[in-house]
Amino acid sequence: MTKWERRQLRNGLLFASPWIIGFCCFALYPLVMSIYYSFTAFNVVQPPVWIGLANYQELFFEDPLFWTALYNTLYFTVFSVPLALMFSLTLALLLNQKVPFMSVFRTVFFLPSIVPIVASAVLWLWVLNPDSGLINSLLRQWLGIEGPGWMADARWSKPSLILMSMWSVGGAMVIFLAGLADVPQTLYEVAELDGAGPVKKFLHVTLPMLTPTILFNMVMGLIMAFQYFTQVYVMTGGSGTPLDSTMFYALYLYRNSFYYLRMGYASAMAWMLFIVILGATLGVLYSSKKWVFYHGD
Amino acid sequence: MATSRTHRIIAMTVLVVLSITFIMPFVWMLSTSFKHEAMIFPPPGEPPRWLPITDVHDDEGRQLVRYQGQVVPDMGADEYGLHQLLVDGEIVTAWNHEVEAVLRTGLHWDNYRRAFEMMDFWQNLRNTLFVCFSAVLGTVLSSALVAYSFARIPWRGRDVVFVLVLATMMLPYQVTLIPLFSVYSRLGWVGTFKPLIVLYWFGVPFYIFLLRQFFKGIPEDLSAAARIDGCSEFGIFARIVVPLSKPALATAALFMFLFQWGDFLNPLIYLQDHSQYTLAVALQQFQSQHESAWGPLMAMGTVITLPVILLFFLTQRTFIQGIALSGLKG
Repeated sequence: MTKWERRQLRNGLLFASPWIIGFCCFALYPLVMSIYYSFTAFNVVQPPVWIGLANYQELFFEDPLFWTALYNTLYFTVFSVPLALMFSLTLALLLNQKVPFMSVFRTVFFLPSIVPIVASAVLWLWVLNPDSGLINSLLRQWLGIEGPGWMADARWSKPSLILMSMWSVGGAMVIFLAGLADVPQTLYEVAELDGAGPVKKFLHVTLPMLTPTILFNMVMGLIMAFQYFTQVYVMTGGSGTPLDSTMFYALYLYRNSFYYLRMGYASAMAWMLFIVILGATLGVLYSSKKWVFYHGD
Repeated sequence: MATSRTHRIIAMTVLVVLSITFIMPFVWMLSTSFKHEAMIFPPPGEPPRWLPITDVHDDEGRQLVRYQGQVVPDMGADEYGLHQLLVDGEIVTAWNHEVEAVLRTGLHWDNYRRAFEMMDFWQNLRNTLFVCFSAVLGTVLSSALVAYSFARIPWRGRDVVFVLVLATMMLPYQVTLIPLFSVYSRLGWVGTFKPLIVLYWFGVPFYIFLLRQFFKGIPEDLSAAARIDGCSEFGIFARIVVPLSKPALATAALFMFLFQWGDFLNPLIYLQDHSQYTLAVALQQFQSQHESAWGPLMAMGTVITLPVILLFFLTQRTFIQGIALSGLKG
């Protein structure tokens, strides 16, 4: 190493030192400890006691609620992520039509996504109120039908949360808009010369050029959906009712940690979640080789 | 072209319908927050009421009620719901169900007054602002330093370490939650603001990434010229790169502020006393204790949401560009 290189290394590490220290304290150490705790019985107050694979054994074979929580989370993810992708892309495409008042519409669609989650959860609890909420009142007034019980009905609670998540797709929409602005105009002109109509232009120009953005939004959506917590905690008071239909994975993990003080068991749950998220993300990234189109960058 | 005009008209119609749908919950929140209790739950069979409605008072500030077909002032009710009414100059007592408030269209501020009283609002606001500003300051300062290292100093092993920074973004918070809680509880930090602030002074991956993207765009010649003039690396950072990066730093500060303003899980876990609650936790606690007090709940929801919306309108450009920057080339 030359003197210059050594100087650069010293400076580089010095500037990066906050993160390096932070990484060791707030990521590496907790990561290692979390693996260790997952093999122990631990309630924070007393030192952890080694119990081997007992936590994992209980998760897989003795705790039906673990499977319920996993099922609820997968249900939510499988519906909300693709729906949110389609919806935010549709909004972005509509806004991209050079309509008047574009920035007003963009603001309207974007605002719900920055409302504090606690506030929007309380608001939606009221919007979805079976007796006097906005939706059921309007259904009664316009169609003369009695709406469902929404969050109070085990069959409707997850669809309610999926519906609610459609209200906050604004962030993904803005990212799609940026992606659309990056599509070279010349490609459309060439396609027009070849006699392509709007549908063909969308399928053969817009969609392929947007695939990297779709991938980004999809991965972000997946990660967020698997960790879905605040909305359901606020709307059910942390109980996951009715009939455990909103007992989501992150909520059950929280309950094990801070209601039952089963920190070892919750650590095992956290690792299972990590593996599921990692598996889903890698799966999407692997499949993306087949459908994501990268143009020369 | 006729077809493209038709398309635009269809797009416009769909956009108008969708934006009305998107706005409706906001209007519903605002309208409920200004509605008198008696009209929040409309009588069965009646359509929802959008206009705010409030009660009527006489010159001396006494609420007017309808009692046996007569409009009379109400001197107040006791805890059992027994009202004292002034009928023809004489005091008459009557039960809750016998009197009916006289209502008119107008803003019912009482929900706001009650919400402020029921929650320790000003204390909660102070706590939130303290946590927000401490976290924002730490995030911006530390992330800028780290981003500078990754963007402007070519050191051996840099790219490997940067991949590690990106990898930590993928780590779900649930994995580090319990060990961190255990450490903080041994340090005696549970029940203080420290767990909500300290980690943000050590560089936050998302903002390191965001700022690195921006720093890379600043011409290298500027640094080279300063180096020839004998400027230290920190001097270049503080006197050249930071002043040129104000928009990016503002974006990072804005995003972090919004995140902290609404953050729920960490305050929920670490704050134990009512006097320490941030607004998000205080609103949730308020909701769980007064489940059907929709007037005050919507009033507080409005109060917590309003600063966010104002901030958005003040910084709209920064906002949209920042989100686009984070999503592109990710």
